[in-house]
Amino acid sequence: MDKIPILKMGDYLLVTIQVDLYDRLALNLESDLVNMINKHSSKGVLIDISAVNIVDSFMGRILGNIAQMSKILDAHTVVVGMQPAVAITLIELGLPLSGVHTALNVEKGMTLLQEKLFLDSTVIADDTDDNT
Amino acid sequence: MALSIGQLLQKKSKTVLESWINIQLQDDGLKEELLSNQEIRKQSEEFLHSVISILKKEDSQNTESPEFEKAAEILTEISTSRAMQGYTPRETGVFVFGLKEAFLSVLEKEFKDSLVPYADSQKINKLIDALAILTFETFISSREEVILRQTSEISEISTPVIRVWDGILALPIIGTLDSARTQVVMENLLMKIVETESTIAILDISGVPAVDSLVAQHLIKTVSATRLMGAECIISGIRPEIAQTIVHLGIDLANINTKASLAHALRSAFMMLKLEVRKTVEKPKF
Repeated sequence: MDKIPILKMGDYLLVTIQVDLYDRLALNLESDLVNMINKHSSKGVLIDISAVNIVDSFMGRILGNIAQMSKILDAHTVVVGMQPAVAITLIELGLPLSGVHTALNVEKGMTLLQEKLFLDSTVIADDTDDNT
Repeated sequence: MALSIGQLLQKKSKTVLESWINIQLQDDGLKEELLSNQEIRKQSEEFLHSVISILKKEDSQNTESPEFEKAAEILTEISTSRAMQGYTPRETGVFVFGLKEAFLSVLEKEFKDSLVPYADSQKINKLIDALAILTFETFISSREEVILRQTSEISEISTPVIRVWDGILALPIIGTLDSARTQVVMENLLMKIVETESTIAILDISGVPAVDSLVAQHLIKTVSATRLMGAECIISGIRPEIAQTIVHLGIDLANINTKASLAHALRSAFMMLKLEVRKTVEKPKF
């Protein structure tokens, strides 16, 4: 059975979707990803969908779900490289993916994740300062 | 034996042509600078021959006969070219109806004392009417073609995406935003974002005459699509009256970054990209 590889890179997980997602594949990805976040206690997830040309409401919902689940597990999700046609489709479907961070390409997405992590760590540092 | 009407007119075709051209030239509305005498003569002669060849046939009302199709083809060509050149429908109408007048006046002279046989004049009337209807149909459809082409051209021209800085795009929208136009604007913008890897897009709506709930919805859609691509969108150029309408209509623009003018939007874009614009200080000469 097809599987979408999830790569671990330090605190981050990288997912590049190279095939058109069908429902079963997307559901598997969702559960695999959540398990991986839990296992490695990752702080950020980067999903590259630059090769995805077709998207439906189910796919849009899965992306939203992944973002929410990661958030609960204390990880940020960034979706990068969305095609214009895909973006327009999602908007027309009424799915603005409000919980998801987005970036133009992997590079910018990585920078965004690092910024988010940096912000988190400073907040924690501030908190510990207050406690002492 | 009396000649049939077709044969009679064939014999008199020279006279008919002359009187027809005279009728056309006498019309006040004719634009002489657009069409020379020779051209009128050429067009008229060609068309006249095809009409006479229809009249010679038994079934002159048959609109499927090859003769009729030939005449229709010539007429379509003339009418289309006139529509393109900006003739009024009246001028094109005179061209066809003038022929009827010419035919009838020639026949009247021919039959001198007695009246023109009713059947024959009816035949001519019917044929010319059919051709006139055809003329107007083609005239209007080619006019519509011109309008459609212009509409698409305007929508192409009026949605430029400008790269104002490294990573900053500006999109001045001029004119009303409807769904079709929003689609074009959105597509252009998103393509350009991918192409230039820009992270900020400024949507300037100072040229949009009015914002209703539909236009606002289109704007929100564009902003959301840009956000999905991973870029930020700033809306600028909101005039006071538009701000009033937006609030009165109860449209929620809270999640959208709005700025009063393009300059302000550009400044905040610079801030987002951590850029700074500074005046250079000249060193004192001594």
